[in-house]
Parts: sequence; C-alpha cells; structure tokens
Amino acid sequence: MAEPILSVRDLSIVYQARRGQVQAVRNISFDIERGESVALIGESGSGKTTVGLGLVRLLPATASIVGGSIVYRRYTNGSSSASRETKVLELKGDSLRQFRWRECAMVFQSALNALNPVLRVSEHFADTAKAHGYLSGYRQTTALRERSLRLLSMVRLDPERVWHSFPHELSGGMRQRVLIALALLLEPQLLILDEPTTALDILTQRNIMEVLKELRRKLGFSMLFISHDLALAAELADRVATVYAGEIIEIGDVRTIFRHPYHPYTIGLIKAVPTLTSDKSSLVSIPGSPPDLIQLPTGCKFHPRCPLADERSQREEPKLIEVEPGHQVACWHWTHAREALKSFQAES
Amino acid sequence: MPEPLIILENVARTFMVKGQTIKAVDDVNLTIPAGEMLCLVGESGCGKTTTGKMIAGILPTSSGRILYRGQDITTISGPDRKAYRLGVQMVHQDPYASLNPTQTIYNILSAPLQHHRFTRGEADTKRRVRELLEIVDLTPPDDFLEKYPHQLSGGQRQRVSVARALTVRPAFIVADEAVSMVDVSIRISLLNMFTRLKQEMGVGVLLITHDLALAKYFAWEGRIGVMYLGRLVEIGPARNVVEHAQHPYTQVLLSAIPEADPEATRAKQRIELRSTDMPSLLRLPSGCAFHPRCPAFIGEVCERIVPPLEKANWGSDVACHLVHAHES
Amino acid sequence: MHIPVDFIDSFWRESVKTFKILSRNKMGLFGFIMVILIILISFLGPLLWPPETSANVAEINKGISADHWLGTDFQGQDNLRKIINGGKDIVTIALLTGVLSMLIAVVVGSFSAFIGGRVDGILMDLVNIWLTIPKFPLLAVLATVLSLKDVITLSVLMALLDWPALARQVRSQVLSLKSREYIEAATMLDLGTPRIIFRELLPNMMSFIAISTIFEMTHAIYQQTGLVFLGIVPYSSANWGVMISAAERRGVLFNPQAAWSILAPMAAIVLFQLALVSFARSLDEIFNPRLRTGV
Repeated sequence: MAEPILSVRDLSIVYQARRGQVQAVRNISFDIERGESVALIGESGSGKTTVGLGLVRLLPATASIVGGSIVYRRYTNGSSSASRETKVLELKGDSLRQFRWRECAMVFQSALNALNPVLRVSEHFADTAKAHGYLSGYRQTTALRERSLRLLSMVRLDPERVWHSFPHELSGGMRQRVLIALALLLEPQLLILDEPTTALDILTQRNIMEVLKELRRKLGFSMLFISHDLALAAELADRVATVYAGEIIEIGDVRTIFRHPYHPYTIGLIKAVPTLTSDKSSLVSIPGSPPDLIQLPTGCKFHPRCPLADERSQREEPKLIEVEPGHQVACWHWTHAREALKSFQAES
Repeated sequence: MPEPLIILENVARTFMVKGQTIKAVDDVNLTIPAGEMLCLVGESGCGKTTTGKMIAGILPTSSGRILYRGQDITTISGPDRKAYRLGVQMVHQDPYASLNPTQTIYNILSAPLQHHRFTRGEADTKRRVRELLEIVDLTPPDDFLEKYPHQLSGGQRQRVSVARALTVRPAFIVADEAVSMVDVSIRISLLNMFTRLKQEMGVGVLLITHDLALAKYFAWEGRIGVMYLGRLVEIGPARNVVEHAQHPYTQVLLSAIPEADPEATRAKQRIELRSTDMPSLLRLPSGCAFHPRCPAFIGEVCERIVPPLEKANWGSDVACHLVHAHES
Repeated sequence: MHIPVDFIDSFWRESVKTFKILSRNKMGLFGFIMVILIILISFLGPLLWPPETSANVAEINKGISADHWLGTDFQGQDNLRKIINGGKDIVTIALLTGVLSMLIAVVVGSFSAFIGGRVDGILMDLVNIWLTIPKFPLLAVLATVLSLKDVITLSVLMALLDWPALARQVRSQVLSLKSREYIEAATMLDLGTPRIIFRELLPNMMSFIAISTIFEMTHAIYQQTGLVFLGIVPYSSANWGVMISAAERRGVLFNPQAAWSILAPMAAIVLFQLALVSFARSLDEIFNPRLRTGV
C-alpha cells in the first residue's frame, strides 16, 4: 500500500498582528496520495491560504509555524515505494530551495503580480531553471527550451507567440497558464494552486480547468488547490476538505461531501451557492460572519452561527472523527445535522 | 401601461485608446420598467459595467439617448434633473473602497439625509439612520452607528453601501458586481435583501455580474441580458434565458460553467468554440462579433451583417441570424 | 439659539480622545511636548529673561561655564539668553508661513483637481507661471520697497511665494483620491462640491496635509535663515538665524572657544525641526482611524 506523498500532522501557524496573535491554522492534518487531487475549500478568514504558504515554506515574516510536521515522500517513476522521505519543516537553505519547485510548486492567485514585468516569458523559464539547478549549463539550454515550449503548448498556449512576450502583453488567463507551465517546469510531484480561477472570465476558467485535467492525466502529479469555489472542487477534486477558522472540519471523497455532507458548515455552504439548476427556495445563507482569528469563540468555532449549537458546542471543541471510511467530520451533531437543517429553512 | 422608468435608445459609448477607437458599448436598446430586477451578464470587456455607468449617469453616452421617466437625461433640468440624479444610485463592487474610511457609519448615512433635508434635526436623522440600517439587516442598528468601515466585514460594508444609496429614496439601483467580493455563504442574503427592497419599496435593481447562476437566482422574477463585445445578444426572462438559451454564446457560457455537483458537472457536455482566438475590442470582427468563435456559424451572413436584436421564442429577444432563420 | 453645550462637550471629548491617541506613540508625544515647550519658551521666555541691552567686553567669546550655560558671544552676551529670545521670530515664521501657504494650497489645489476641466487648466497654468519666479531675487527687490524687518510681512510674503508648489502636491493627492468609489458615491448622492471636498476628500488627506505643513514650516525656517545670511532681510532682532549669520561673520569658525555662539542657535533650529517632524508621526495615527490600535 503506497504511502501518501504528503502527510501533514497537527500543523499550526500563527501571525503576529498589532492587536494580538492570529491563529490562522490550528492543528490541521491531512494526506495527499500519489496522483490525487485535494481541494481545501474555505471562505475569507478560514486560514486556507496560510496552509498553502506553509507547505512551501513561503510564509511572511510575521508568521511562524508553531507546531506539527509535514512529511514529503518522493516516488521515482514506476516504483511503488518511496525513495526518499523529507521532513519539510526542517529544511533549510539549499535543500529547501530544492524542495520548492522541484518537489512542490505553487501557483499563486494574482497572476498579474506573480510575473516579473520586465522579463520575457522565456527569461522566466530560464531564471527558474537556473535558480533550481535544473537543466542548467551550456549544453542543456536547448533541452530547457524544448521542455518549456512543450509545457506551454500543454497549457494550450501558442508557444511561439508567448515565448518572447512580456507579461503585460498577455491576458489574465494566459498569464495564469504561463504560471502553471512554469510551476511544472521542474517536474514536481505536487502542485499547489491558490484560487486558480478567481477573477477570470467563465470561458477562461473553463480553459484553465480543462488544462489542469489534461495535465494531470499526462504528467500524473498530485494537486492541492485552495479555493472558495465549490463548483471548482466538484469539477477537479478527488477529495474535498472544508476549512473553517483555521481547521479542517470535514474531509472526504468529493461525491460523498456533496451528496452526504455531515458538518453544518459544509451543508450550509453547499446550500448557499446557487447553481444553474437549483431552485430558488432551496438556497439559504449562513447567518453571521467568520470568527475573529485573534479572539476565537470557545468550544466549536462554528457554534455562534450554527442552528444546532448547544451547551456542549459552546464548551468543547469537537475533533475530527472518522464517520465512514475515508470521511471525517468534526461536529457533535453530525448524526442528525442534515435532517435537522432541512427544517431550518429560515429565509435570511 | 405605466411609463418605463429608464429607456436606452441606440446607446453607444466609444473610447480612444492609443489613437484607436474602441466601441465599448454599441447600439444597445433597453427598456427598464419601474421596479424591475434586471441582470446584465457577460465576460470582461463586454460593456456591462460601462452600460451600468451610463444608466447611473457617471459616464456620458457617445451616441444614442437615455430617457429617465420619459426625459432625455442630457437635457433634463431643474427639479426633474435632481430627481434623476437621486433617482438612480450605484453600489460598487469593492466593499473596501466604497466607504469613506475616515467617517463613522452614522456620518456616512446622515450626510445625504441632512444635505437634501430628508430629515430635520439630530433626532429625526438618527431615527431614519436606524431605520435604514434595519432595512439592510444591520441589527441592532445602535451597534453600528459609531463604527468605522474598517471595523465591519465585507458583507456588512456592502449593506451600508446599499443603505447609503437608499437615503435619497432612489427608484433604481445599479449594483456593479456588488456581491462578487463578498463571501459565498452570504451572497444569497445580500441578494434577498435586494429582492426585499423591490417588494417593499418598489426599488428596481440592475445587477451586473459574470456569474450566470447568481444571475438566475437574483433575477428570478426579472430578466437577464447577455452582452458580448459591447452588444446585447440575448435578453429575456431569467429562467428562460438559463433553461432555454437561444443565442449560441449564451449556450456556450452555460455549458462552460462548473456546477457544485460532481456528477452533474463532470458529465456535462462542453460546447467547443470554433476558434481559440481571444476576442478583443481592438479587433472587432465584422458582422456578428461572435462569428469567429461561434459553433453555430452558418456562413457569409454572420460575417457580413450584424444581427439585430429581435423577438424570438420563450419571450426573449435574441440577436442571431440562425435563430431568426429558423423562425422565418 | 441654544447654548452649544453639546458642541463644547463633544469638542472636549474629541480632544481627550485625540490626546490619548497621541500619547500612545512615544515619538509623537515627545515631539508634541517639545513643540509646546519651544513655543512657550520662545514667547514667554523673553518676558522673564529680556535680552541684554549692552555688551559685556570682559566676557567676549567665553566657553561654557557655570555663569553662562551655553557660553557667550562676540559681544559678551549670554548665549542661552539669546536663544530664549531668539525663538519668537523663528516660531512665528514657521507657524504662519506653514499654515498660511498650506491653507491657500489646499483650497486652490483641491478645487482645481476636483472641478477639473478648464478651471483646472487655467489654475495650473497660473501655478506654473508662479513657480518660474525666482524667489530670492524677488525678495531682494521687494526688500527695497517693503520693510522685511516685520516678521509678519515676511511670513505672508513667503507663504504667497510657496503655496504654488504645495498646491500642485495637493492636486495630485486629490486626483488620485477622486476616482475612489466613495467619492463617486458622494457625487452620485449629489452632495455638492464644497461638501465633498471638505467632508469626503480632505479628511482622507489629513495626514498628508499635516505632514506637508510641517515640512513647509521647516522649509520656511531655512528660507528665513538663508535670507538673513544673504543680507536680504536686515537684522531686526537677534533670532536664531541672525545669531548664526552674525557669529559666522565675526569669525567664530576660527575660535573654538566661541563655538557655542554658532552651535547653540543651530541646535535650537534643529531641535525645533526635529520636534515638528516627530510630532508628525503621531498625526498619521490621529487622522487615520485604521491605524489606531484597539480604538
């Protein structure tokens, strides 16, 4: 039985803000299997972006990882056992740089700001390769160029047209695709995407989604994407984890999560998003706002907004428990949440 | 039949960019009755925001006329002019930029009330401000009066923006992507608030968005208009436009949207476009602007003649040669 | 008309609140206290320690001693006393020029930027023409006609010459704020240009305005010192600028004993500038509600 390529256990990250300490990530644990696609779904203030940054160790100076472990396992092509295990949080200097981009690459949200405006696309590829010691050296330049151009056409861009362009000459969707190609340059095992389709047009979004699906088929990497977009998860993910107030409150197979969610927040989220086929009467907002990560409520962090909250929810914070094979939930009322919430159709 | 609130006649708006003329909006005809919930959808560059701004009076038209209660807004004067200026208000997309950071919520809302003498005296103003906060579901109102915008969440700020628009008793609100930057779980409650405004105060709302699913929900009793490269290509009752889309572009859009249901979305048939060329206002195709990418392209007529927006089935108006060829 | 007890009460509460915010920033509080101290010493000091009227030949160019904390000058007069008396002009010029030029600049700059179009074009042309006038030669010419001895006249003149540069800065600020959505909303609500400028725009520029005013004050001090140095402004009273100029002319640079005659006024000017700039740090917090911690 192959081990997951990424095992996160009890990861906790805090930020130092003027008002106090922001507990952005609290004891998050999850695995990513080989070739699997996992979605972290959450809204503003859920801590999901911090998790992504933490995984590639790109947190800002005000943040610190205060607990937990991240174990990364490298599988070489064809083998069924890991050739190398790395404790990501202990990496430093050169080995950290090797890890970043060669093993695990991240595609950021604001495609505009992620590319250097004075460098052409070709220079971006050359720079990235050079920085990570990949295909470097005089003889390797052709190999690098060939691979880069191939990646660009894999993301459905016209390689010749894009190769010599500056970022501002490309549209938002094209830039996003260049970033994806760039991330795949060094053949990472894990690709992390932060809000990959936000702020893009419908047809461009569709393009990116199809590109990602194709790339996964051809190159076989694992994917972790972070988003607030449930539909994106439904489209691309194998497993979905919902994040609230810095922790994972439900995780499971994508079909199960959408068909039989157990946590009131997941249920509420699914019911709050209009789809093309949904009926008007079935849509309900979740009242209230996400909690202040500096002053978290006691017990279950969702209880101030949960119609099922009781004395226990206020006192004790529920831990993730496995309720079905592969499906975990952190809620005291998971057994009857779906039924109970059906009667809470209060129009907001 | 009561006179429509707003009429757009052959409205166009051009910009000059690097010596080239760009038709951001071209020949748009629209009749908006009072109290209508209308949605303009489309991708970036389609002209929906520009149209919204022209209706609100922020941008002048380059050609064509806009009528408010039967009067041309460029020649309207006197008390009617003031009625127009206050009658159409705007709610912006960015909750973080739409409120003055140096003013308390009370100041933001009392300023227009006092300036236009809708209320007299401190007590009356306070009372009205509390009323408005309750209308937008910011309760208890006293909790919000002395707060500054940065102390509120995005959704709360948007509600304050709407309350501000309501201070001058508008007949129509243009909401430009007003829920796009707000958490998904509360978008519905904001849209329900707009619906309540229509039901209780008769205020019509134009929601500009790129999210078709949201549009269908918002304009449930109203209409959706689809825009492409500056032109209105389909407009009709919301549910019909979504469930029985007739213009090929609308159909492509609907097929491209992912659904929050894994089975449905992965089984969905995607309509392929004819070409992957990016559409651009700088290189507007001749005839029907969609023809280079249109999967239903029928030939020369699409290349040469701009299809007019005409009545089609399901109570919608559609601008497509194919649709009208079938009809005749 | 009822007695505005309400107004006085809210004014007091606002002041207390402002002072609380001020005291949170140590630098700002230090600056504020220093500025107040310097103003008090400069205006009240001369009443307690009036300037010496005659020279004291025995004490010429002495260094620091128990009798003379800052030494003596070329006339044998106590430097410390001269410092106490020398601040009044400087402080007056700084405050008057700074505030007056900023006032004109804000009104012209903000209206010009907000109204835009032809009005903006004309006003900016005026400003640009004004800016090409060489200030020092003009002042030299004016010195022959007007009495530049009077501190008030000089301050007003300098303010009239300085405001165009500031107006341009104000205008850029307003131009960048003009497109903000809350300004657009205010326009849509038909709140009227003066109201929009004074209630919506300027409050968002207060820290810029306050800090620019302070820098204009420091600029005015140096201008005046420079004018004295060049002899354009005659010696009226021994203010700090005059002290530096006089000391330099009397060859202080060659006499280490007399160093304090030039160092003391320099230090005084620098201290005043430092106090103003430190105070400016607090202003940002006062004017920007978002920066206030835990309000």
